[in-house]
Amino acid sequence: MADQERRSFIGKVFGGFAAAGGLAALYAMKRTWDPLPSVMAAGFTTVDLSPMKPGELRTVTWRGKPIFILKKPPTDNCKKLPDEPKKRLVKIGDSDYLIVIGLCTHLGCIPTWEPDKKIFHCACHGGEYDACGVDTFGPPPRPLDIPPFKIEGTKLVLGEEGPEYLKLVGKA
Amino acid sequence: MAHFTKANSIYEWLDQRLALTKLWKVLAAEYWIPKNINFLWAMGVVLMTMFTILVISGIFLLMYYKPDTKLAFDSVNYTIMQEVWFGWLWRHMHAVAASVVFLVIYIHMFTAIYYASYKRGRELIWISGMLLFVTFSAEAFSGYMLPWGQMSYWAAQVITNLFGGIPFIGDELVIWIRGNFYVSDPTLTRFFMLHVFLLPLIILMLIGLHFYTLRIPHVNNQDGEDIDFDAEAEKYKAGLKKEAKVIPFWPVFLSKDFFVVSVFMIFYFYLVFYHYDFAMDPINFDPANPMKTPPHIYPEWYFLWSYEVLRGFFFDVGPLSAMDMGLIAFGIANVIFFFLPWFDKNDEVAPAHRRGGFFIWFWLLVFDMIILTIWGKLPPTGFNAYIGYVAAVGFLALFAALPALTARRRGLLMLVIITTLLLFIVGYMVYAETMESGIIVALLFLLFYALFFLSPVVVKRVGGAK
Amino acid sequence: MNRELKILAIIVILVGITYWGIEPYAHSVMHPHHEPATFKYEDLKPLNVKGDAARGKEAIVNNGCTGCHGIEAAGFPAPMDPVTASATYGVNPPDLSNIASVVDRKFLANFIKNPVHAALLEHKFSDSKPYPMPAFYGSDQDLADIVAYLESIAKKDISTREAYEVACMRCHNLKYDNLTVLGEKPKFKNDVERAEFELNLAKYEANLQNYLGTTPPDLSMYIRSRGPEYIRDFVENPQKILHGTAMPRVGLTEAATEKVIKHLEKVGDRKKEKRERLGVWVLLYFVILSVLAYLWKKEIWKEVI
Repeated sequence: MADQERRSFIGKVFGGFAAAGGLAALYAMKRTWDPLPSVMAAGFTTVDLSPMKPGELRTVTWRGKPIFILKKPPTDNCKKLPDEPKKRLVKIGDSDYLIVIGLCTHLGCIPTWEPDKKIFHCACHGGEYDACGVDTFGPPPRPLDIPPFKIEGTKLVLGEEGPEYLKLVGKA
Repeated sequence: MAHFTKANSIYEWLDQRLALTKLWKVLAAEYWIPKNINFLWAMGVVLMTMFTILVISGIFLLMYYKPDTKLAFDSVNYTIMQEVWFGWLWRHMHAVAASVVFLVIYIHMFTAIYYASYKRGRELIWISGMLLFVTFSAEAFSGYMLPWGQMSYWAAQVITNLFGGIPFIGDELVIWIRGNFYVSDPTLTRFFMLHVFLLPLIILMLIGLHFYTLRIPHVNNQDGEDIDFDAEAEKYKAGLKKEAKVIPFWPVFLSKDFFVVSVFMIFYFYLVFYHYDFAMDPINFDPANPMKTPPHIYPEWYFLWSYEVLRGFFFDVGPLSAMDMGLIAFGIANVIFFFLPWFDKNDEVAPAHRRGGFFIWFWLLVFDMIILTIWGKLPPTGFNAYIGYVAAVGFLALFAALPALTARRRGLLMLVIITTLLLFIVGYMVYAETMESGIIVALLFLLFYALFFLSPVVVKRVGGAK
Repeated sequence: MNRELKILAIIVILVGITYWGIEPYAHSVMHPHHEPATFKYEDLKPLNVKGDAARGKEAIVNNGCTGCHGIEAAGFPAPMDPVTASATYGVNPPDLSNIASVVDRKFLANFIKNPVHAALLEHKFSDSKPYPMPAFYGSDQDLADIVAYLESIAKKDISTREAYEVACMRCHNLKYDNLTVLGEKPKFKNDVERAEFELNLAKYEANLQNYLGTTPPDLSMYIRSRGPEYIRDFVENPQKILHGTAMPRVGLTEAATEKVIKHLEKVGDRKKEKRERLGVWVLLYFVILSVLAYLWKKEIWKEVI
């Protein structure tokens, strides 16, 4: 009887130890599925805004999407939000910036910035957005989307949700 | 130690070592099937044929396919479709079989529901079958990504995004599944692995399990009759073949199946050669472009009903957004059929036309799923949104009503029906903007889900009524 | 038997309804109907004057057409290589040798007179952003002469591939036919040649993208992704099918459009004929197999029922 118990105790230890090994292997498998470090690093794009000139548009790629950064957009053309153009702009340093995902909210084409008309114009189906990224003409159903970002001094980190971003999209 | 003697033939030599005669008897020549069946009982063998076609055509596609986002599209559409001898044939056969196999699965499944072949000892046949359905769905989804066309890409983007709705871990889970922040090369290679190895392996094991679960309860028959298989088999073996209620799997049962399979092949190959657009969406002949969304994104037809359950909820309820409501219903819809044996509270095994209310229930379910399928493809704009809502709530309501219906609990049944009708009405008022989605709607849904989850637990099972 | 046919009928009806809903019906909702192409170009002014080819040749030289366009057939080489031309104009101006083989004569005259209007590109070009080809202010007689000249030098019977080259190639790649926007991809003797070609191609494509605001798609699989009817209607009037698109109306004749479609089919669906031929035999095989299977089933079941 005592013999049997001891065997079953050893059996349990054996089983438990084997299960621990199995768990460790599962962990390794889970990690193998994880995105690679290089992929994770590429998911956070840091942009230095200090060399930008007013009215200049920069396009950076973040997570496979183009991001438009426009310094001091000509807000006199923000027709749809006359009282609150600031709501779609963020202050970094001493000037306002427009930071939007550069994909037309209609069908995902990439609009172009036309400085003389102060609009984003989508060549695919003629959609137009004002200088605040708000849709003003054509098929787009909503303004250009705002990507999550964080501000670090004069640097912009795309991919992290900073307090300025949360305020902009109304989550804070 | 077994007894071995000098064998007089190769067969005898093998038989001594592998017991081939006995194995053949157990698996085929003396594996008994009821005689009282119709051609719907051949769907299992049709499915087996389709699966074989998928494996064989898949092997030849695998010889030239390249799982790399830069090469995948051309390897399929140029190398396989235009260069490899009969490459186009394998591709068409594979794509069409992948679509048609779901049609047969649905027929097989609804046959089982109609003839009550999921209860009284047959629960595991049903569950292993549903596991096969789910694995086939994953197999189809992962395979659809491989040609790396526009629909491959955007369907993958939208469907993997759904996991983002899971509380707390959602966002990270999506990235984990994709291996990147968006669907890209690592996503393609891991889904390739799933599609050509892991999932087929699981499917093969599940097919084995599904066959095995049939052995003890046996195949059901057209009248739900409880047959004494041993006694009937003795009768058959004694030569009373006409009187016996059973037939052997080989050759009698299979001879009929082969006829059904042959006819089905005419239909299938007609689709392969002349009518394949439904399975090979033209949009997928545009290469994947992460920078350009196609005007309409929809899943393959066999996922449309559950996709429409997801989309059907177009207004917020209490603290839950429309998206959350949809995700909850979608989650339920994808597992609810597993629990059918426990939502049906009646032990009677009989075809639906002899089960009164269940007959109506069955055809409502078929009707509702057809509506969901069609509206799952239509753009969810205007009145379509409300139709989707009615069909989605209706789908859940059918399951909420099943325990009360089968246990003949009239009061409870009326409560479920009234709650559902009220949900239809408030849904319309929210749609027509004559009412805000407020506390009343939230309470109605609370009652609805309470009925849904409590009925199968609380309602007592009743025996087969005579 | 009777019951089995009834079950079959129910299944066929239900599957039929579902199929109708998700294919013909859903597609008619998603892709609204439009009038099929007529290739009449009715919005354009007809050319009622009879032209003279010899005077047309003079008019072409006098009006400076050959300053931008080559006419290889008449001994005028292209004044610039395609990459330089695309840097200057956005897109390489076409060689005019065979232009009249594919373009409708009324359209050709109207295009020369006012390219932006004929190409339906008013939404993209204006005085502040002029179209690279200037409008023509000569008389209708001059137009008729030029068209007559272009018709006189154009090959009467061009191949499907040539039709594609004249009509589409300067903007669209056709990878599966080894055609790029710079023409057929040559065999390279060494890596330097390859790299040079690829650099030129990249430059041309960048200029083109800059000019159009979007990259024109490769047309290799268009026969499967869009189908012949769509291509036909789209070519005749791109704006009608995809409002606001950067693609100009190119004014092909119906015959030339059919040639282009035929070529796209040769490139993107080259097994079509084989498929349609083999299908008949496979179906016949299964019909016979079904008959045999039925007879065998009857024989076996005779014993049990």
